[in-house]
Amino acid sequence: MGGKMKNFLVILTLFISSIASAGTLIVNSNQSGAESSAAFKEYIADFEAAHPDVTVVLNEFESEAYKVALRNFLASETPDVALWFAGNRMKFFVDQDLFRDVSDVWEEYGLYDSMASSRLSVTVDDKQYGVPWGYYQWGMYYRTDIFEKVGLSVPTNFEELVAACSTLRENNITPVAIGTRFLWTAAGWFDYLNMRINGYEFHMDLTAGKVSYEDSRLDMVFDKWAELINADCYLEDHASFGWEDGLTPMINGEAAMYLLGNFITGNLNTAGVLDHIDYFQFPKIVDGVPMSEDAPTDTIHIPAGAKNVEDAKKFLGFLSNPKAATKWANARSFLSPNSNAEPPSDRFQLKGVDVLNNAYGIAQFFDRDANPDMAKTAMEGFQEFMVKPDREAKIRARVEKERERIHGPL
Amino acid sequence: MTFWERNQLKLAPFLFLAPAVGLFLIFVIYPIADSIWVSFHEWSGVNRYAVDEDGNLKNFKWVGLDNYIYLFTNDDEFYVAVFNNIKWFFFSLIAIPFGILLALFLNQQILGIRWVKSFFYFPFVINAVVIGIVFTWFYNPKYGSLTYLLGFFGMEPLPILSDENYATYGIIVASLFPGIAYTMIIYITGLTAVSKDMIEAGRIDGASGFTMFWNIILPQLRPATLIAVVVTIVGALRSFDLIAVMTGGGPWGSTNVLAYKMYEDSLFNFRMGYGASTAVVLFILMDIYIAWFLYRLFKRESTEK
Repeated sequence: MGGKMKNFLVILTLFISSIASAGTLIVNSNQSGAESSAAFKEYIADFEAAHPDVTVVLNEFESEAYKVALRNFLASETPDVALWFAGNRMKFFVDQDLFRDVSDVWEEYGLYDSMASSRLSVTVDDKQYGVPWGYYQWGMYYRTDIFEKVGLSVPTNFEELVAACSTLRENNITPVAIGTRFLWTAAGWFDYLNMRINGYEFHMDLTAGKVSYEDSRLDMVFDKWAELINADCYLEDHASFGWEDGLTPMINGEAAMYLLGNFITGNLNTAGVLDHIDYFQFPKIVDGVPMSEDAPTDTIHIPAGAKNVEDAKKFLGFLSNPKAATKWANARSFLSPNSNAEPPSDRFQLKGVDVLNNAYGIAQFFDRDANPDMAKTAMEGFQEFMVKPDREAKIRARVEKERERIHGPL
Repeated sequence: MTFWERNQLKLAPFLFLAPAVGLFLIFVIYPIADSIWVSFHEWSGVNRYAVDEDGNLKNFKWVGLDNYIYLFTNDDEFYVAVFNNIKWFFFSLIAIPFGILLALFLNQQILGIRWVKSFFYFPFVINAVVIGIVFTWFYNPKYGSLTYLLGFFGMEPLPILSDENYATYGIIVASLFPGIAYTMIIYITGLTAVSKDMIEAGRIDGASGFTMFWNIILPQLRPATLIAVVVTIVGALRSFDLIAVMTGGGPWGSTNVLAYKMYEDSLFNFRMGYGASTAVVLFILMDIYIAWFLYRLFKRESTEK
């Protein structure tokens, strides 16, 4: 597999270098699914219409392969524009001097006003290193028809959520669908439990490596999580399934809820069950802890080695155009960070706007807030905990050991 | 006489060797040496030659043996990976007896046997990624055929790939699928070289069935067995593709092997130096095996002469 990928990259880079010239803007993209690719191409077409002197050359990568490829092409054959993610995922490349400071784009296109709410997610040392193009809410997606059939209403606190699990189990329905094979779905549960119990600041400190994973404040997070596991909330053998396999029982009407990002609506729509789906905000757990949310932000950057910087800035700045920004975000069921963008009309996007506008704090997501190697070890721990909750002490000690290696002793 | 005419005979072999030696140096020796060099450094994998104001490399820091010390003393995952490699080493050898059995079965002259043979070659022709995906479906505890099979015997579904006790064996079984086909091909070729005279002589002496196989056919298959063992074991030690496709090292790292750990540390966790140290350990383990194997081979050859 690796060999083929490498060959492909070599051919690709040769191809890129042979056609690079003035007026040509090379854009590397991870928007590879049919839907996402079409949406991004539309944005490019609009950009080219507005800037007839610039020709965009688009290189598309499969999104998982992109994570490996990005590092190679940023250091060798740099494109002029690269798509990526905000938060720590971006900071890693900023620290390596691989992304260009684009504060001037923010200044020139008035993004400090129109994208004020997303500014911090692309800021390192008071400078902006990218422009966000979309973000999406996380939350509980559930089958309204199942809830109706078993006489459940939307849980508003943790006890109701646990009770809902037992009711659903009594009716032979899997309460919560999940597939943890690729780990990150488990991290969604951790994020929400921790933010609802210990609050936003603590969660951000934890992902930044400033708090021990053996800290007593996390005891309650794991206790509550164990409560859900012991109430048989989760889909059996979830470690066998990827997130999409885990969704199948929900599509088949055998499972009732799924904690995921709004991109889930795309799959549910394709499966033809979106009419039976609704969204609710992850319920509160501890009274008085303000509600914070996960809302990962996807971004555009200019690599430090970009050749056509001038046109690249125009490409980033074009996101200040409300129409183009709206179109791209809507096509993906994302929300546009541009406050001048047209308000969405889709009911899930509307709920997202509502939840996020009232959120006390917005986290990117565990694997975007934490260091890559930290995230890997911790998420493996979460997956293991969801299957073997009795190993809690051992798991937390192991994750803490990794935290200490990366961030140093406290 | 010119220099060339005088020395043509001496120089020619070197000239003919030069391209191969050059390529070998560039694509084999240099990467190995460089990996060993990288393994003594801390490096994220980008901008290796970037320098700070004092002209020192700022991304590529010498740490001596730190990577190895951490690997051996602090990294539980490393021992899990080594232990799994040992499992792979032994259990992948199961392919060999099955390969012989199939080869014997297919080594008959009946109508349509060529067609039948080609079906048995098939697993070897399919890409490992496809095999991985097919076996993942097969093992799927909700909709997989294994679940239906177990259900037929009144057994509960077995989540093979998400159970830390079974997952590695589940992947090894998937690797046996092409492995058996490959050893079978080797043995089918080997069987054509088996001397008919010896079989007849054996028959006259009253050998048949298992005795015939064990004492007359199998010894003649020794060169085939040799190749089968080497290929199988080297394949087992560098197993990577099926793990990447079927479990990604999971659940919680329990199916990790050295090759996959190296890939993950260096490419996903941005620890190129640490990943390189894992690679060096794997390299040494393979070297020990290959050296032992070559030693046995030479020793046998010299006694046979």
